Amino acid sequence: MKVKLTELAHARSGDKGDTANVGLIALKDEFYPILVRTVTADRVKQHFTGIVHGEVERFELPNLGALNFLLHESLGGGGTLSLMTDAQGKTFSTALLRMEIEITEEEAADLRG
Amino acid sequence: MKEKVRIAAGQGFWGDLLDAPVRQVEGGPIDYLMLDYLAEVTMSIMQKQKARDPNAGYAKDFVPLVRRILPTCVERAIKVTANAGGVNVRGCANAVIEVARELGFGGKVRIGIVTGDDIMSRLDELLSRGIELRNMDTGEPLSTVRDKIQSANAYLGAWPIVEALNQGAQIVITGRATDTGLTLAPLIHEFGWANNDWNRLASGTIAGHIIECGAQASGGNCQYEWRSIPNLADVGFPIVEASPDGTFVVTKHERTGGWIIIPGIKEQLVYEMGDPHEYITPDCVADFTTIHLEYEGRDRVRVFGIEGRPATEFLKVSISYSAGFKAVGTLVYAWPDAYDKAQAADRILRSRLNRLGLQFEQVLTEFVGVNATHGPLAGRPSADIPEVQLRVGVRGQDRSAVERFTKEIAPLILTGPPAVTGFAGGRPKVEEIVAYWPALIPKEEITPAVEVLEA
Repeated sequence: MKVKLTELAHARSGDKGDTANVGLIALKDEFYPILVRTVTADRVKQHFTGIVHGEVERFELPNLGALNFLLHESLGGGGTLSLMTDAQGKTFSTALLRMEIEITEEEAADLRG
Repeated sequence: MKEKVRIAAGQGFWGDLLDAPVRQVEGGPIDYLMLDYLAEVTMSIMQKQKARDPNAGYAKDFVPLVRRILPTCVERAIKVTANAGGVNVRGCANAVIEVARELGFGGKVRIGIVTGDDIMSRLDELLSRGIELRNMDTGEPLSTVRDKIQSANAYLGAWPIVEALNQGAQIVITGRATDTGLTLAPLIHEFGWANNDWNRLASGTIAGHIIECGAQASGGNCQYEWRSIPNLADVGFPIVEASPDGTFVVTKHERTGGWIIIPGIKEQLVYEMGDPHEYITPDCVADFTTIHLEYEGRDRVRVFGIEGRPATEFLKVSISYSAGFKAVGTLVYAWPDAYDKAQAADRILRSRLNRLGLQFEQVLTEFVGVNATHGPLAGRPSADIPEVQLRVGVRGQDRSAVERFTKEIAPLILTGPPAVTGFAGGRPKVEEIVAYWPALIPKEEITPAVEVLEA
């Protein structure tokens, strides 16, 4: 079944130049493998179509139950060059949490329990 | 040797809560107050201020703050590390010394200053020797913007600050020092860590990373269960309680708002992170995949297990350069059909800009209330949306074109779609853009200088 990422994770995002970073953190340790399986760099790139113009890189932090994404060329030039309201990428965190992922019935039961 | 050293964060950026450092000093036991004032483009603002007034060019807020906290700091032997010196470390130190003398601490307080980060006057010499200072993001050589450069500073690490503390400084003022170095240095000084004790240096660095954004580690901007966060009006800024073995506890003063919880610390750990295996500072390379967290009581999170690796042979350089002009204009459209009206106004505005023959590097339209933060991910708004703010920005090299744009916003009120308001602020202001150029420089090119002055 499909669920929104916000049911499984929280996040914080920021900037380095024209690159936004989103740290995606599992709300429970059991959810981390689901994030690793479903929230791939390709899925994130596709999710941010029209927003992220460069590559998406993904790094794993199993010790924190977190994934870190680098979203290149996504801040309109970045820093003071950017004309965007969110030139610092602060709201990319919740933008990622809108993503829908596919989980198994068992995982769904876990989530609701 | 102390068994515990407490380092309190007082500012997450230049412009943070003014009273936060005072509350850190007065609200409970601490050994050090750490103040990070320098964002990436702050140096260029300070460079401009110094060009107009040779006594300016540093974080002005720091001086009245010292006036408020120095008596308590002296009484309780609290030391201060601050990168408040900007591009005029000596000027900042002189102002602080003056305050110390006025308060009767003449001869009783030592002020350490760290310089050597400013390479503005050496740029041509460096470039002529083949040190290209290429942009770390784009790969372009610095020569492409050479005539537009406004400031150039290498990021210094913890060791010069350690040297100042070793010489008895109570307040250490730096220019462009890393935020993490301001926290790591007191730990090296107190615990005598060696310069190749990579795991401990990485621990102190990560301690610095956790508290360098102030309350972002203690409940501010915390997504996790945000409605449940207690009393943010009275938020307590984070404090690191470090042990000689490099482990530390993140906490805050009792009877303050906010919270110290594992999900909140995790949020701050991933903030502005690149490759978590290599968080590179002048002092070490810290590995964020080795961090472990556990609760040690209410509002206490213990951090342990951190591993580090040798520092690289380079320092990061922060260069600022003039990159043209920009302006942003806004208007608010009300129900009914608020979004349609705002879109129509944008088409009219763009058509007028075209007819005027104005050229820009970029024109960006956002509809606040519809897509300004999440873009197309937000989906189409309800047809009944109560109001939409039209927000149009332009950027270009030609100041007069940007200036002309600012005069086309207000006329939309009488010459565009109806039910429009929100122009009380007058014409948008033209802003000069000072952009950031990150580069690397071999460490041997930079020689930090440390001086300790008597107040």
